[in-house]
Amino acid sequence: MTSVAEQAPTFDCRADFADELALLARTDERIVAVCNDSVGSSNLVKFREEFPTRLINVGIAEQDLVGVSAGLSNAGFIPFASAAAPFLTGRALEQIKADIAYTHRHVVLCGQSPGMAYGELGPTHHSIEDLSWMRAIPGLDIIVPADPAQTRSAVRWAARSGRPTYIRVPRFKVPAVTPDDAPFEAGRAVRLREGSDVTLIAVGTMVSRALDAAHLLAQQDISARVLNMTFVEPLDVAAVIAAAQETRAVVTAEEGLLSGGLGAAVAKVVAENDPVPVRMLGVPSFAPTGSAAFLLEHFGLTADGVAGAAREALGRV
Amino acid sequence: MSTVLSAPAPLRTDDVAARAYEPRSARLRAASPAEAAAELADISTSIRRDIITTIQSAGMGHVGGDLSVTDLMVTALWGTLRMRPAQADHPQRDRFVLSKGHCAAALYSTLASCGFFPRSRLSEFMAPLSPLNGHPARLKVPGVETNSGPLGHGFPVATGCALGAKLRGETWRTIVVLGDGEMQEGSNWEAAMTAAHYELANLTAVVDRNRLQQGARTEDTKSLEPLDAKWASFGWEVRVIDGHDHRAIKEAYAPSTTGRPVAVIANTTKGKGVSFMEDRVEWHHKVPTDEQVRLALEELNR
Repeated sequence: MTSVAEQAPTFDCRADFADELALLARTDERIVAVCNDSVGSSNLVKFREEFPTRLINVGIAEQDLVGVSAGLSNAGFIPFASAAAPFLTGRALEQIKADIAYTHRHVVLCGQSPGMAYGELGPTHHSIEDLSWMRAIPGLDIIVPADPAQTRSAVRWAARSGRPTYIRVPRFKVPAVTPDDAPFEAGRAVRLREGSDVTLIAVGTMVSRALDAAHLLAQQDISARVLNMTFVEPLDVAAVIAAAQETRAVVTAEEGLLSGGLGAAVAKVVAENDPVPVRMLGVPSFAPTGSAAFLLEHFGLTADGVAGAAREALGRV
Repeated sequence: MSTVLSAPAPLRTDDVAARAYEPRSARLRAASPAEAAAELADISTSIRRDIITTIQSAGMGHVGGDLSVTDLMVTALWGTLRMRPAQADHPQRDRFVLSKGHCAAALYSTLASCGFFPRSRLSEFMAPLSPLNGHPARLKVPGVETNSGPLGHGFPVATGCALGAKLRGETWRTIVVLGDGEMQEGSNWEAAMTAAHYELANLTAVVDRNRLQQGARTEDTKSLEPLDAKWASFGWEVRVIDGHDHRAIKEAYAPSTTGRPVAVIANTTKGKGVSFMEDRVEWHHKVPTDEQVRLALEELNR
């Protein structure tokens, strides 16, 4: 089998996040980085060296981080508010709702080390709920980049969108999966592979694994379409409906909680339009301790796991 | 059968009121606190009357806190800050943030008096589809800088406003008004630390110290005292005043002389101006009867 995940070089996208942010900041004085004592973990050391007054560290205070960012937006800045994803989204959830989304402030919320990147530190530090929480807030765009190129595109897009946005900045090392000519547009999934039997819809860490699953399925004469959904909000509804109409089953895969995440969003569209079997891969509950790689295996968030779910959905177990 | 309501028109500047506001406010801002006091007190009385009738028409509202914050708000919007009702989003405007957003009726009445929108629209307070929500929403009401209502939000946002002005080297300033009960929210103390750390001398935080919160006295609920020492220990210049003395309020709103942010602890009376509401916890959000409205307006007309 040709494994994308096992053979290709992999990347920690935080470096691309920080490089792209600095690149934009050089030409747009409105861009500021705001963080919560996370200069190192948000990879903002170089940004601080280059723009010492434009790196604002509010200390260990996530509610303040989001509120201050809303105020900086009021004053004409474009703040990139960066913190570990579980604390940014969880601790400051109501600030994100009231100060950013309902107020429609152009603030880019940057969730670092999402999913189970902090696996060994346990469920308090796992960010599996962030997609569910952010999806529950109206008016917030949600981007889950799958590789370095998409991480850079996400930063560029969010800086220009004028919209409240959450970016899940990958830390778990991922291979490059995005073709050079791939579009990056709100509400538009990238079709990475054509297929007619089943559609695999993935975000972030799981995109390369879905591609590997499609290779495995091909060996069993199952033709799998692979979509990199990228925007969980706004979701590419047309691509999901097309998947339901043109293939016979849908499998979703995400490094996050099953309740309310990508899978739930996709399942709703399928159920309301052309119901076909759907299988959702993700994390069912609080995860145990262990490295992110271990936990992905533990929950079947692997190429084999995705392929197995596809066979099951097609009744070919 | 359900009634289909059409949404009321968006709120737009009241040009007549805005034109009247600008020279009068400029004069009150330039006047000495002693000279401005009587005129600011008159405006406050008219705002208190609007608060009473607005809450009567809505059948809801936080009348006690509205009446306690009135003098603080009027002195900010009429006698201190440079507001631009005809250009509510002007980048050089001073910022006024009401963190105790449940006192929306006081804010709406004051903004309408300045000409941000017509005073006649106050009768829509909390009506179905009205832009005048029970808590202020920035996208619906000109002059509202940020949404507030959930407590502990306005102060961090105001801190960001002041930080933004400082980073840009701009001279506009920010005043944020907090409820005293609201000081029990931890996010406020996060903001207090941030503002002191960044030496935001362009930020004034005003605590409406009426000593009552929704359920009981603050000191019986979760005590705040010594409040002045708390602010001082967080690195703020502290000014303690009578929050119904317009002269003292205007003096306390003078810019920082120490390079530090300024905390004004304004001792106030909940329900101020209406004798039977004063300092009584039940008037946190009780609605006056028609007879009580009559009596209240009679007192406020004296």
